[in-house]
Amino acid sequence: MSVIEISCLEVWREISNYLDGEIDAALSARMEAHFKACAHCKAVLDGARNVVKLVGDGVEYQVPEGFSKRLYSKIKGK
Amino acid sequence: MSSTGANLVPTETELIQCACQGDKEAFYCLVQPCERGVFTAAMSILNNAHDAEEAAQEAVLKALTALPRFRGECKFSTWLIQITINEARLKLRKDRRHLYESLDEQRTDEEGQYFPRDFADWREIPSEQLQRTELRDALKRALDSLPPKYREVLILRDVQHLSIQETAQVLGVTEGSVKTRLLRARLQMRDALTPGIDGSWSSGKQEFEKVRPW
Repeated sequence: MSVIEISCLEVWREISNYLDGEIDAALSARMEAHFKACAHCKAVLDGARNVVKLVGDGVEYQVPEGFSKRLYSKIKGK
Repeated sequence: MSSTGANLVPTETELIQCACQGDKEAFYCLVQPCERGVFTAAMSILNNAHDAEEAAQEAVLKALTALPRFRGECKFSTWLIQITINEARLKLRKDRRHLYESLDEQRTDEEGQYFPRDFADWREIPSEQLQRTELRDALKRALDSLPPKYREVLILRDVQHLSIQETAQVLGVTEGSVKTRLLRARLQMRDALTPGIDGSWSSGKQEFEKVRPW
């Protein structure tokens, strides 16, 4: 089956939706064909995927010590 | 707090019913599993632990008052995060209007095309890299450099793993806006973080030029 070509610009516009599985199968197939042929777009895809992983695994806001206790006191005092 | 059986953990619905009747222990039981999410949501907007805690406390107290109006159309945690986001935005406007661009003015250029700054290859990150302080610091700086509307969407989706629909609901924007902002946020983070040819982690324009030979 042949897939209709897609430009780099269109690929960048959809790259985040592609990672989230938010595009239809036809567009997905066009993008995959593009990634096989275009090293630049493949690099952008790999980088964006790494960002999702890094942010998911590496970003952690430490809840301040005593947060829960202070919140409980506020609730009880309301 | 009542429960359907001696050894059974009360359901969310049961806890809500008890809390609506004034049982504050039940309300705390509802809130406690959401604490980290609530704090993180406030941090995504305020970026300061003290302010985020204040906004989180205010949000929880507002949720207690508004609980009888909670209709269960979404998860309790999503509803609470929505209240927190609103509270944090209110606080940002009130306390720091002079320091930050107005959230109302952040609509420009959202539909415009984003062009990646370069096409440096960035292969899969070995998990041990995440233990490196250098990488964690670069990640923090890159996040801080994002405009608030991109940072909040990235944190809700990629840290808190809310769905696109939930993120849109919590932020009060369309799902299309969530997708556009998420694309911007991820590509800007990639531009800021892609390791240079010498393996250094960059997180700003200055280093970017230095570590990238192409």
